[in-house]
Amino acid sequence: MAEPRIIIVGAGPSGTRAAQACVAAGIRPIVIDEGRRDGGQIYRRQPDNFTRPYAKLYGTEAGRAQALHETFDALKGAIDYRPETLVWNIAAGQVWTASGTAQEAIPFDALLLCTGATDRLMPVKGWNYAGTYSLGGSQVALKSQAVSIGHKVVFMGSGPLLYLVASQYVEAGADVAAVLDTAPFSARLKALPDLLAMPSVLWNGVALTQTLKRAGVTVQHGVTPVEIIGDVESGVGGVRFRTASGREDTIACDAVAMGHHLRPETQLADLARCAFAFDPLTRQWLPERDGDGRASVAGVYLAGDGAKILGARSAEASGRLAALAALADLGLPVDKGETASLRGDVANYAKFARGLAQAFPWPAQQAAALPDDAILCRCEGVTAGNLRAVMRETGAKEANRAKAFSRVGMGRCQGRYCGLAAAELIAAEADMPVEQVGRLRGQAPVKPLTISIGDE
Amino acid sequence: MSRFVRLGETDRPSVALHVDGAPIQALEGDTLMVALLSAGDRLRQSEFGPEKRAGFCLMGACQDCWVWTESGDRLRACSTLVAPGQRILTSQPEASWPSHV
Repeated sequence: MAEPRIIIVGAGPSGTRAAQACVAAGIRPIVIDEGRRDGGQIYRRQPDNFTRPYAKLYGTEAGRAQALHETFDALKGAIDYRPETLVWNIAAGQVWTASGTAQEAIPFDALLLCTGATDRLMPVKGWNYAGTYSLGGSQVALKSQAVSIGHKVVFMGSGPLLYLVASQYVEAGADVAAVLDTAPFSARLKALPDLLAMPSVLWNGVALTQTLKRAGVTVQHGVTPVEIIGDVESGVGGVRFRTASGREDTIACDAVAMGHHLRPETQLADLARCAFAFDPLTRQWLPERDGDGRASVAGVYLAGDGAKILGARSAEASGRLAALAALADLGLPVDKGETASLRGDVANYAKFARGLAQAFPWPAQQAAALPDDAILCRCEGVTAGNLRAVMRETGAKEANRAKAFSRVGMGRCQGRYCGLAAAELIAAEADMPVEQVGRLRGQAPVKPLTISIGDE
Repeated sequence: MSRFVRLGETDRPSVALHVDGAPIQALEGDTLMVALLSAGDRLRQSEFGPEKRAGFCLMGACQDCWVWTESGDRLRACSTLVAPGQRILTSQPEASWPSHV
């Protein structure tokens, strides 16, 4: 029998561990990754000619980052690695790729989607000004290019990444004006039982807050963002917000890093026809999978933050677990004891992630409260008022129908950054549960492609 | 005034390129985005509003940072490295189409 073809999409923590499991089983998987280098976003590698050591780049996770990179380096001869390659569609049992002007359709026996996450954004008036960046983007700037996104930076939103990136900026010598968290401090206390699933990670989080306090950075909890103040020419000039006690305040800055934790990149799972289910805790639609990562479609497996936001440590375990499931389904021998142990690890990470979701909740009410003149879709400048008017005129209450009429979700980012907030706004306006609004369907190509007509 | 601030790794060879016809200096290993925003405060004009734009996600997901080569190739500034002698445009060079008139 010919060797089964396993395709792994993504070379972050889950993709790397999945590839490692395949190679150990004697299979040479195809690993397709959009990045120039492996590591994904969380363990993103700096360019070759940069010299900062692991401890400086990855802090408490330095050992994990280094181990993952070394694993990938050692695998390179044993895998078919295709960096800087976009998977833009999955159809007819094939993965469709584009790299530069080259394109290919590759059939597979097993497909492991390790697609990772992007920032989850709650729009705020003025977030279209130059100098506003996603929180993850602000971390990429520092980690992979050694720059700060501005001369004076405000971190606004919620989630563990808010504190991590702000403290990384402080330690790198950037001027951090404030950390403004929309989550009330009391939410953390309620989440404590679940957060205790991983005491060392919880302690790392506490230490980050101490770093910020020692540096004299203003940290506020329970804030309500009102507006990013700015100018169409020079960009961001400050942020206006309400404190937990309801007082309005303004902080001057020339850059804002904003985000509310993360959202999985599920478009490829959608194009592979995987079933989705609504997750009430995070208020997101997620692809369904069994405990080992099998999707509802035979031969498709889901792992890491691309399936559900459980963090980088969980991604390593779920990547390996999904690969073992794929290998078992292909009739290859798999250590059942290891499978059971990985399931236990993932369950513990899931408990911790549930704690994080409770401690740093998605402020759905802020979408409902967006003023009519606030930009909701920053790709095409569609305002909250535009979407509300479309709903009144057309009666559209379903995500894809509202998109068709308003263009919210149809621009360059294809709904990645406005889609979740738009659904909340529609739900509030129509007075119905957000799950009834549905979810934006994945569309191929999942990112814009170059149309190139050559002489060949 | 620059938008980005370099916090380290500045001991790299410099690279000369042109942006909208004007020369700028970058460092080897810079992305186009870091090169342009270390030399200035914007990447482009929004095509749907009055404001300037300077990118957003830095991980190839939002497409807010498109720039062009003089021959019309579109580049994602956040994920394209600088190269000596590059000539970058921050607005799309005009395409010419055959006309029936």
